[in-house]
Amino acid sequence: MKVLPCGDEAFLIEAGDLETVLGLNAALTGCPPPGITDLVPAASTLLVRFDPRETDRAGLARRLAETAPLPVGARSGEEVTVPVVYDGEDLAAVAEHTGLGIGGVITAHTSAEYTVAFGGFAPGWGYLTGLDPRLHVPRLETSRTRVPAGTVAIAGEFSGIYPRPSPGGWRLLGHTAVTLWDSTRPVPALLRPGVRVRFTAVADAG
Amino acid sequence: MPVEVIRPGLLTTVQDLGRPGLAALGVGRSGAADRRSAALANRLVGNRETAACLEVTLGGLAVRFPDAAWIAVTGAPCRIDRNGRSEAVNCAIRVAPGEVVVLDRPTAGLRSYLAVRGGFAVAAELGSRSTDLLSGLGPAALCPGDLVPIGEDIAGPLPPIDVAPVAAPSAAALTVRVLLGPRQDWFSPDALHTLTRSPYVVTSQSNRIGVRLDGPPLTRSRGGELPSEGMVAGALQVPPNGKPVLFLADHPVTGGYPVIAVVRTDDLPVVAQAVPGQALSFRVTSLAS
Repeated sequence: MKVLPCGDEAFLIEAGDLETVLGLNAALTGCPPPGITDLVPAASTLLVRFDPRETDRAGLARRLAETAPLPVGARSGEEVTVPVVYDGEDLAAVAEHTGLGIGGVITAHTSAEYTVAFGGFAPGWGYLTGLDPRLHVPRLETSRTRVPAGTVAIAGEFSGIYPRPSPGGWRLLGHTAVTLWDSTRPVPALLRPGVRVRFTAVADAG
Repeated sequence: MPVEVIRPGLLTTVQDLGRPGLAALGVGRSGAADRRSAALANRLVGNRETAACLEVTLGGLAVRFPDAAWIAVTGAPCRIDRNGRSEAVNCAIRVAPGEVVVLDRPTAGLRSYLAVRGGFAVAAELGSRSTDLLSGLGPAALCPGDLVPIGEDIAGPLPPIDVAPVAAPSAAALTVRVLLGPRQDWFSPDALHTLTRSPYVVTSQSNRIGVRLDGPPLTRSRGGELPSEGMVAGALQVPPNGKPVLFLADHPVTGGYPVIAVVRTDDLPVVAQAVPGQALSFRVTSLAS
């Protein structure tokens, strides 16, 4: 584990793997050193922003380096079911690439239980772990300039759902009518770290 | 009564201190690009530091005040017209009922800030009135005919100063300080020389999300992909073409290209005022200097 400088108001902790990232995030969220303003977990790093007026930079770096990741077996009890119409533009290509056929891709995608590992790409986006290894496919060579809101997609070891229209390079499997982000809700994001997700295949997203 | 937008100019948005602490939800900080100038505008009219002001890009704003108001304009200096009379930047200006205030194109710098005593009280989203151009949070950019209410974000009386003594943004070549990392080890030693030896030019493909720079490419010492990681304002992210993008207020929360260095927080207002075509150089510093 390395604590890298990231400007004068942040450190980037290189944790090496997602489990350590989430363990460190849990440890620092549960018992935050003074002056921390933001924690941004990602696939193998944790960005720690701080207010330099409220903490001593060198002291904080030492404290971060000494932080032991918590075990992250504990998941949120919350489970979300996402009904999906599997009609995505890349479904056929993924079916061919994986050799599973379209039915096989849908079965593999709906059979797994996913956990939101972290967010960060856009408000309401969650990186979902738990994807069937047979569905680990590379991102598109060239991103689409616009992917509609509610699009269910996969890339690498993750699945995800686009919360709003945006550019995107993931492989599109289908779409859902579930609202992923609503700023007026007390908790705006449906997919928060720790939430468990299941996909079900439906004929009509409703 | 609310202020009426007659013309918004090229781009005018409402900005306050933004939405800190929500990055894990995918919500960036946003807020005024030149935070120092926005804070000064608020101080000049006795506002709380949390009050929202207007961030006016390259002038062109015309607004009508139905009621008497105190305003101040800071940041990129421009001619200010109040019903045919010229007013100065960096001081409190009394506006009479029904008067129209027009900001011309700045003589230097990119972003002027217009504060009104009480603050602009558009509806907040996630605790902030800032427009985030990347995520779409906050109010839309101002349009002709928009009515912008005035709030009560007042800290105290108007400060007893005539004109705030601040340096205007420079129209000359700029130099800002950077701290190396977090990913300088992804670049060749040549790239570190290049970054500090050659000036870069601010391109017109620059906005509140980031400043795209043109200049000698920064070459990597290793291939491969970097898993997406958290980003900060001031980060010099280097895409495959080697030409750095310098992130500003509405930067993406995470990014997948290596960051060679990060601009010092105190120098970000300088970057936020750089106009397309202006030269920008980087000086590597340590935190002691």
